[in-house]
Formats: sequence, structure tokens, C-alpha cells
Amino acid sequence: MRNRVIICEASEIIANGLAEIIDSMAQFDVVARIESPEHLCEKITTSDANIVIINPVLLGFLNKEFLSQLCKEHHDIHLIAIATSYLDHNMLTPYSGIIEINDTRAKVISKMNEFTQSENTKKADDVELTKREIDVLVAVAKGMMNKEIADMMNLSIHTVISHRKNITRKTGIKSVSGLTVYALLNNLIDENINPT
Amino acid sequence: MVKKKALSKDSKLAELIAGDRRLLQLLPRFGIALGFGDRSIEEVCRMNNVSTELFLTICAIYTDNGYKPNRAEIKSIDLGGLLPYLKASHQYYLDERFPHLEEHLQRIIKASGAKYGPMLSHFYDEYKQEVMRHIKYYEEEVVFPYIEELRKGQRSNTYQINEFRHNHTNIQDTLDDMMNILLKYLPGDILPKERIEISLDIMELSDDLNRHSVIEDHILIPYVESLENALP
Repeated sequence: MRNRVIICEASEIIANGLAEIIDSMAQFDVVARIESPEHLCEKITTSDANIVIINPVLLGFLNKEFLSQLCKEHHDIHLIAIATSYLDHNMLTPYSGIIEINDTRAKVISKMNEFTQSENTKKADDVELTKREIDVLVAVAKGMMNKEIADMMNLSIHTVISHRKNITRKTGIKSVSGLTVYALLNNLIDENINPT
Repeated sequence: MVKKKALSKDSKLAELIAGDRRLLQLLPRFGIALGFGDRSIEEVCRMNNVSTELFLTICAIYTDNGYKPNRAEIKSIDLGGLLPYLKASHQYYLDERFPHLEEHLQRIIKASGAKYGPMLSHFYDEYKQEVMRHIKYYEEEVVFPYIEELRKGQRSNTYQINEFRHNHTNIQDTLDDMMNILLKYLPGDILPKERIEISLDIMELSDDLNRHSVIEDHILIPYVESLENALP
């Protein structure tokens, strides 16, 4: 699976440079660049990103609270810090990787690769859909939108999205129409329901 | 795998193709006629009025996995032939690949009976509409005419290539879904041979479409932006 990266960095020079290096890698696409973390959460949802590279300085004192909130809403998101100045060790604990401002291109590439490898091995274990995921799948197959599913199941919209990502990862099927066929083939929904 | 730097305009075209057979399908899209003998890539391109640089760059996208040309590389290429190339690719997908796929699929749908047939048929019809919306009603009827106007030095007030950047969805995902359904989820006794054959075709087409969108995202968009910026 390709990795979708959001870069959150105030300096255009740094953001563009980083984007250029990452975009040159086969398994990575930079899907968004933002200057401040204000709308980061929505951006992750709309661009379906799985990696956020962020300058911890942008978060200031909010650092930990903000990030733990973010991780709660997006379970599978991975945070990488871009360190442009000296950062207290404490500030860096929430991140799974750190890119330093004076890293060479090769170094950045090897860090990003190293990161995805541990990512892939972690994802290989669970394959069966959980009860919750089946409920979401059925709702998707019936043509419901994420918001409607969230309301019906009493979940946050981010949780619904995270379920949907897991469904896709486990079944190998991404599109709504494909998921509908999957649900029909597995007798999860009645074939008389017209998905449109 | 042939790396970009290993592609030289002085190599023989026949050698290039022997190195990666997928490149064969690019020839008709560039209008390069067969019977090119032992001529070099540059000679064959010149004979067929094709920019050698553009030809090699697109070959590299097909042979070198993950290669995305950067803006600096694009700048030095004569891109006059890009639009005709993309149109020829579209024509190949719409007139040859998808109908071929559909022919196979219809047989599978028939053999799937009343239980599975209609859902597969419905799935394919929806996908077909998605493909038509993407290639024909959007790229061919909105984006390309806009680019042709730009090339004539006229700027449209209503459209900008930035919209394309944001709207450029991929049509491979649903195709991959179709393959997964045919291989993994449809009961095993329904036309297994045909399903293996169609899956091989789908993998090839999906890979082709993937590289096609690299061309659109990393050559076409920067090219059109430079055209936009060149106008007052």
C-alpha cells in the first residue's frame, strides 16, 4: 500500500524541500502541505493520510495534548517530527520517527523506508473482520455515508473512517461498489437491496 | 527493470523493447510504426516525428517502478506530442482494453447465474460509468480542450489546471477491487480458467493506468502550469 503523507511545516522552503524528497520515493505520496496544525485533523480525514510529518515547534506547549487527541481520533496515523531546531527530549516522545533539518537526502529516504517496514510487519497479523467492522461494512454497502453511520452507531466520524480503513486493508477492497459486492457474496446483506 | 539513466537515445529500439515487453504497447500510442529494424531510438523517433526525450521519459515511467520525473527534467522536453499521446492512450483503453475485459466478464456473469450474475453486472456497469466520467466526459471533453486553447495562447476564465490536480481521482482502485472479487470472493467453481485469464488482464491494465496517471500528474500538470504562467 502506498503511504500518504501530510507535511505540516510553516517554512515553505523546508516544506517544499521535504516534499520533493518524499515525492521522489516510489511508495510515498505527499497528499497535502499545511502551514499550521489548526485543520490537521480534518485534513487527515479528507486526504486519507497515514503519515503526518510535523514540526513540533508549531504545537508549542499544546504538543502532547494535541497529539494524543489526534492519535485517539486516528488510530493508524503515524507521526514523524521534523526537527528544525533543538528540541527537548520530552517533546519528541509522541513521535515514531525524527527527521533532522541537516539530514541528507539519503538519510531522509532511509528513515522513511525504515519507518514503513516496521509499519507493514505490524499490519500483517489480523485478517478477520471484527463484529464492529462488519456492522460498518453492511452500512456502507447499503449506501450510507460516514456521517450517517457515525450517528446510527453512536461513534465519532473518525472512528467510522478508521473502521473503513481496516475493512479495506483486510478485504483488499476499496470502493463502495466493491464492498457492496463483497457484502452480498458473503451474505452479509440481502441481495434484494439495491445498492444505488 | 530498466533504469532511467540506462535508457540512451543511441540504444537500439529493439533492444529497449527486449528489455521490457510492456514498452511494446507504447509504440502505437506514439504513432511509431513497426518495421523499425535495427535503428536507434533517436532515429526511429525522428522518423516518426516523436520527441526522443518525451519517448524516453515515458518509457522510464513504465520500466522504472516509482520513477516520477521532476519539474527540472520536464522543462527541457518538447511536450508538443504529449496530448496526442495521452489521447491515443485513452482511445486504447476505451476502444480496446475495456471492451476486451467486458467480453470476458460477460461470460463470467452469465456463468454466475441468478445469484451472483446481477451483482457483478451492476458492479461493472457502475465502474464503466466511472471510467467514462473520468476519461471521456472530464479529461477528453473539459481538460484537453482547455489545454489546446492554452497552447493557442488563449486563457479560459472558467477553468484552471489546479482543478484537475484536485479532481484527478484514480480509476485503478475499483479495477483492483474487481480482481479481488473475481479471485478471492466469487465461489471457486465458476469459470476458474476465465477468471485467471481476466485477472492477468486486469493486473496489466491496472499497472498501465497507474503509470498513465503518473504521466498526467507529473508531466501534464507541470506542463500546463507552465503554459498558464507564460500567459500574461
